Amino acid sequence: MSWIDIGHIDDIPLRGARVLKTPAGCVAVFRTAENEAFAASDRCPHKGGPLSEGIVHGQSVTCPLHNWVFDLNTGAAQGADEGQIATYPLRLEAGRILIDGASVGQRSAA
Amino acid sequence: MAQNPNPRQLMQSLPWQRSEKMTKKLIIIGAGMAAGRMLEHLYDAGKDWDVTLFNGEPRGTYNRIMLSPVLSGDKTYAEIETHDADWYAENGVTCRFGEHVVAVDRAAQTVTADNGDVLGYDKLVFATGSNPFIIPLPGHDLEGVIAYRDLEDTERMMSLTEGQKAVVIGGGLLGLEAAAGMAARGVDVTVVHIMGHLMERQLDEAAGYLLRKALVDKGITVKCAANSKEITGENGHVKALMLDDGTELPCDLLVMAVGIRPSTQLGKDTGLAVGRGIHVDDQMLTSDENILAIGECVEHDGAVFGLVAPLFDQAKVAAATLDGTAAQFVQKEISTKLKVTGCDLFSAGDFEGGEGTEDIIFRDPARGVYKRLVIRDDKIIGVVMYGDTADGSWFFGLMKDGTDIAEMRDTLIFGPAYQGGSAVDPLSAVAALPDDAEICGCNGVCKGTIVEAIQGGAQDLPSLKASTKASASCGTCTGLVEQLLEVTLGDEYAAPEAQTVCGCTDLSHEDLRLLIKSKELKSQPAVWQELGWNTPNGCHTCRPAVNFYLLADWPVEYQDDPQSRFVNERKHANIQKDGTFSVVPRMWGGITNATELRAIADAADKYNVPTVKVTGGQRIDLLGVKGEDLPYIWNDLNKAGMVSGHAYSKGLRTVKTCVGSDHCRFGTQDSTGLGIKLERALWGSWTPHKVKLAVSGCPRNCAEATCKDVGVICVDSGYQVSVGGAAGMDLKETEHLAAVATEEEALELSIAFIQLYREHAKYLDRAYKWVAKVGLDWVKERVVDDLENRRALVERFELSQSIYRKDPWAEEAENAAKYAPIADLTLEAAE
Repeated sequence: MSWIDIGHIDDIPLRGARVLKTPAGCVAVFRTAENEAFAASDRCPHKGGPLSEGIVHGQSVTCPLHNWVFDLNTGAAQGADEGQIATYPLRLEAGRILIDGASVGQRSAA
Repeated sequence: MAQNPNPRQLMQSLPWQRSEKMTKKLIIIGAGMAAGRMLEHLYDAGKDWDVTLFNGEPRGTYNRIMLSPVLSGDKTYAEIETHDADWYAENGVTCRFGEHVVAVDRAAQTVTADNGDVLGYDKLVFATGSNPFIIPLPGHDLEGVIAYRDLEDTERMMSLTEGQKAVVIGGGLLGLEAAAGMAARGVDVTVVHIMGHLMERQLDEAAGYLLRKALVDKGITVKCAANSKEITGENGHVKALMLDDGTELPCDLLVMAVGIRPSTQLGKDTGLAVGRGIHVDDQMLTSDENILAIGECVEHDGAVFGLVAPLFDQAKVAAATLDGTAAQFVQKEISTKLKVTGCDLFSAGDFEGGEGTEDIIFRDPARGVYKRLVIRDDKIIGVVMYGDTADGSWFFGLMKDGTDIAEMRDTLIFGPAYQGGSAVDPLSAVAALPDDAEICGCNGVCKGTIVEAIQGGAQDLPSLKASTKASASCGTCTGLVEQLLEVTLGDEYAAPEAQTVCGCTDLSHEDLRLLIKSKELKSQPAVWQELGWNTPNGCHTCRPAVNFYLLADWPVEYQDDPQSRFVNERKHANIQKDGTFSVVPRMWGGITNATELRAIADAADKYNVPTVKVTGGQRIDLLGVKGEDLPYIWNDLNKAGMVSGHAYSKGLRTVKTCVGSDHCRFGTQDSTGLGIKLERALWGSWTPHKVKLAVSGCPRNCAEATCKDVGVICVDSGYQVSVGGAAGMDLKETEHLAAVATEEEALELSIAFIQLYREHAKYLDRAYKWVAKVGLDWVKERVVDDLENRRALVERFELSQSIYRKDPWAEEAENAAKYAPIADLTLEAAE
């Protein structure tokens, strides 16, 4: 895997998210109340809502458009809704957020 | 500094201290707990070493963990000394205490002491420990700024007398122990912690909240999420700590307890491989085969160490390695069981969760107990406990053994003694209320009175209403009264099902609001814990409601949490179906001018706004603005004097007006002027749902005031105020509240009504729904008939507005970076 440093965990609000632009499209990078970080597609499969704008609770996010809830670990929609968002490998090292470049369509760095 | 040889040093040369074998020379740098333990193992093995022990501190080995009891006065230094002078003497250790090693020559196998002595070694052990990290704030070198590391620091804190002030930076274990120790001596202590909750490395937010509460009860002031900016001094001595929000915390002593760093300088100078710590292998050997390292100065397999258990393991392995026997240091899963200032804490494993984890949470508000198990694949991977840690080791055992807990999952959290026990009691929060807790605010009935009445024979709601008046007025406490019936009567009472807020709690909105008030819950963690939430931090349904209730009830104490808001209120704009936003600047009372219109037109051009629309609330909507452009378009509109129209908020939207007596031949009063005054008074306020007003200048009602939340119709004799209208999913005409003679009264009445709505309504109930629940008479009693209460409501609204009557756009325009992507990998790819 090719880990790319995309920023510091503190750049993301607690229980919030920021967008990461990648060759594979917009990725939402989430930070939970317990300072975990997750990366997943920013697009809700239902109507394309921006998940980075959703409410982050536990290890889940709720889409701001129609309240679909996704588990950030698996990307699976919860409850009665059926759907899936892509999740991307991500690591935290001393507060720095590293994302697997290959998984988001980044050609390996020179 | 050179030290005279003391008698004990001479004793080592006595023949009976020596074996006949060739004695090897061992030099140890540092006499901390790891070094002390290693020496014990070395002598237990019976091998003979000529040991010289250097220590920067002018004393031998003591139990550093026990400095806190020394600080609080529970122990003396003598009691925490683990290896006293006699012990070193008996074992023939040459002690060079108060002396430093300044250089190591690996080729010659010698060390140089700071007095110039050069000593040869066969084996050398680095046990240099760690250094406290000092934040390089301006003023950190002032007299009276100390760390908390050794006996000198402890003695310095003990020198403070009652009533003096101390500030502790750092809400970790060490900082809190320093704070508690000083507080026990009558010192006025403030803890400043940069993170959102205390001890975030050992505890999650809920446990951190309980710990904070316990410390506050001890008279310690705790400031979390606080950034230190500068230390100010007077005559070279510390005077105060300044926070970046402008708060000044005066102090006589400032203790920094923000962490430790492995002490590696000598290791680096010696040319050893050093990362975060001195690199060691599984045998505790450094990159030089004759040099070992143990304790807090080492880095093993990427980890550095601060707790005592792994240090002792390292000491044992190092002793074996010196001895020539095989041993291996293995990093073990460790649990932390702590008593911080009398509060029991336990944490182990990964309580931050991770991929595929779930939580089992137990909260007992009455006892202040919190337990959380983190589960993955039916195995415990993390444990956090507060208040009752009795089962900690049992959970830790299950965790270490990787026991499959699927079978006992339902009862697991109750511990080994309760396998097969019953479920948690949802009534515990009500049961825990004291007898004098007010249940019915309308009639001033407290819990004790209700329970007495139940025991006296009033065993259902109607008879309770009749005998005590509880829940006989607005009815919002009905749920609580029913729970009291249930708690008091047990199985004899079957309560009607109440609608709960969401799956995170068994409470209804009404109960939740009442409990937040009666238990004075002023933070989200307080609500989660005291009301027994079954999720770590709520969900998208309950969190916005709780955030609103807290800020409405405690405007000064509680800080609004944007992350508990729906996107529109967080972004201060309305999200559209394509993910763009709409921007609506405020037009007070629907009045605008050429400058504002020009600025709106310029903004529409500059940000390529595809749609510009006139709204029903008499203002202009710019639709299709990109999220990252928001702060910039706001800034442009701000420059033309415009502020947010809050077209996105559960709060005041608009006050629609007609032109009134200024221009209209039918106008009876200045309806536009009153509309502007109302909007200026109300803007920025948060409400349970959106609030729209209108003021019409005559009964022809051109501003359509009779379908608003509050409508004012001007007549010759004054103003007719009506409330509870709707023109959305429901269509409803307002109901007459009162007719008043003056503009001031109309303003006061409208504000008092909105404040009553803010204080009592369920989140997401429009005013008309709330009025239907409580009854218009109930509202009239409070805002029309009772003038004193009307004033009190207006005062409370004003207090809240002193915080919330401000333009979020102006504030957010400075945070533009937040609105941009965190990074853009497409640019890098292109390069």
